[in-house]
Amino acid sequence: MSALNPANAAPMPARRRSPWRSRVVIYGLLLIFAVLYLMPLVVMVMTSLKPMSEITGGNMFALPHDLTFEAWAKAWGTTCVGLTCAGIKGYFWNSIKMVVPAVFISTMLGALNGYVLTKWRFAGHRMVFGLMLFACFIPYQSVLIPMAVILGKLGYIGMNLKDMTGYSFGFGNATANLVLVHVVYGLGFTTLFFRNYYAAFPTELIKAAQIDGASFFQIFRRILLPNSAPIFIVTVIYQFTNIWNDFLFGSTFAAGDNAPMTVALNNVVNTSTGVIEYNVNMAAAIIAAAPTLFVYIVAGRYFVRGLMAGAVKG
Amino acid sequence: MAFLEISALRKRFGNVDVLKGIDITLDKGGFLVLVGPSGCGKSTLLNTIAGLESISSGTISVEGQQINDLHPSKRDIAMVFQSYALYPNMSVAENIAFGMEMRGVPKDERDKAVAEVAKTLQIVPLLGRRPSQLSGGQRQRVAMGRALVRQPRVFLFDEPLSNLDAKLRVDMRVEIKRLHQRTGTTIVYVTHDQIEAMTLATRIAVLKDGELQQVGTPYEVYNSPANLFVADFMGSPSMNLLDGTVDKSNGAAQVVIVHPGSEPLRFPVPTSADVSQLANGAKVIFGIRPEAVNDLEGTDRNAKNIATFDGLVDIVEPAGSDTYVVTSLAGREVTARMRADVNVHRGQNQTFAFNLDKAVLFNPETTQRIGA
Repeated sequence: MSALNPANAAPMPARRRSPWRSRVVIYGLLLIFAVLYLMPLVVMVMTSLKPMSEITGGNMFALPHDLTFEAWAKAWGTTCVGLTCAGIKGYFWNSIKMVVPAVFISTMLGALNGYVLTKWRFAGHRMVFGLMLFACFIPYQSVLIPMAVILGKLGYIGMNLKDMTGYSFGFGNATANLVLVHVVYGLGFTTLFFRNYYAAFPTELIKAAQIDGASFFQIFRRILLPNSAPIFIVTVIYQFTNIWNDFLFGSTFAAGDNAPMTVALNNVVNTSTGVIEYNVNMAAAIIAAAPTLFVYIVAGRYFVRGLMAGAVKG
Repeated sequence: MAFLEISALRKRFGNVDVLKGIDITLDKGGFLVLVGPSGCGKSTLLNTIAGLESISSGTISVEGQQINDLHPSKRDIAMVFQSYALYPNMSVAENIAFGMEMRGVPKDERDKAVAEVAKTLQIVPLLGRRPSQLSGGQRQRVAMGRALVRQPRVFLFDEPLSNLDAKLRVDMRVEIKRLHQRTGTTIVYVTHDQIEAMTLATRIAVLKDGELQQVGTPYEVYNSPANLFVADFMGSPSMNLLDGTVDKSNGAAQVVIVHPGSEPLRFPVPTSADVSQLANGAKVIFGIRPEAVNDLEGTDRNAKNIATFDGLVDIVEPAGSDTYVVTSLAGREVTARMRADVNVHRGQNQTFAFNLDKAVLFNPETTQRIGA
């Protein structure tokens, strides 16, 4: 190196490397980590496409020799979850039926909370927001028992309603219960997201709408919501991922046929009888992960943008 | 009965008095400008008229109807905001029509009203655009259109020109004035720019620390400021203020200004002030606008009383249309507004003439102007 020789050092900055070398290091590292992160997924996809004979006898990293989608079909339609052998499809729809309303309700309520906490400030609004923030730090486990008690009471109401009217109005329904649990648990986060976004939203627009004669909800629907796309996407992705991936609440409050996808997946994989069908397990796992993956791919670029938008002003 | 009447209006935030008993009246078709330094409460006052902020006590009435407990939308007012507050998700036409839509005006009527306003403001080609696609001046127009379309009883403007560049600001100022003259609407306008206040207003209200300093026509506020604050705040460059005393020892009362290093300057008491109540030797503050200070040649030929003094020229500021010549007298700066082509140089000895017809006196203790 010229730097070691003082006489030659003057014209050239010390320890200067040619640019391509640092490029190689950077891209090399990126490649290594990309491979590291993608490896499990690659193995899962490959395993799910192999017949059992190839899995038991062969190398995990070997490409499938006899490509087959049988495992996928079995995972979806006929594999045994617990005692029933009708595949995971029912549980997939269970999850959808739970996630869509839970995400929608928690996001809308979060938006409404953010709107009130920033644009209709009342005495003690800081305190209320602080308490809602606190909800973000409550561990899942500590909610279980009080929640069980509440859901038990709701179930009791549902039974009484059914006795009186012949219809339970969703009280005591396992999916409705899970929606309630996830809405309550997610409210802290959605409120935080929307409050921070709306704090930077110009208050003059609200005042102008007030003078124009718009009501509380008209302002929310016509002015605020149409201008909330970035934070909406962030919140939806966040809530969707969290609720879809939840296992604890699902396994605690929804048993048997009402269980969400994650619980069903566990029951497929943790079977104690017969041969462990790795290919079916892998296919089921990929099916279970697909919706979140899909949501990220579709809306992912808004995710980062929206997080930034909310982060600038607090 | 005045069209807009604000009486004994008070506004308290916690234990801070933001507005301390404001009384203002405005006739129909009047243009009231609320002016004052930042933090004086002018925007708060406007917001209370709009109903965006509640008041602690007092009343606000329009055409004899007390409105201070009504919801903003029920007051029949329209407001133009500093940031324009155009709804970013709506087109220009939708922005203008939103207020009517909220009031349940049928679609064809709305469209007609929007088209009419767009023609008045020359924004027809912009109707389909979003606010983000408009320039500052265009947004300003749209914001005015949104206010105009509803034909409210009172228009409120909250520093509407402060976000525009200097040239556009002057253009829009003229446009607002033209709009006012053509439509004859009643306007309350907030600004911290005293030139805007002077040019637009039929009535100016000067505020400071939540207290009304003076309400009057631009002429009154400019030529007969109620106190030292108004005298200093209105006008650019601001009024020259000099310490002096009243001397009644030889017959007619005189103002004496002691200038170190030369004879005291003596001249008759300006006709605007009655000093009969003041004791001999009482202290006063002598105030005179820069345009009433000139060289002898440029002095108003109709002036009845002129006082002259010789001073050293400190600074010459050519401003294009005028030349500001700064000298010092009795330890204070005195600015004279002279002709553009006046031949004055720094360091030269110059005879200055005060046009005493335009001069005023203030009581230094109360800071109030001494009236006639």
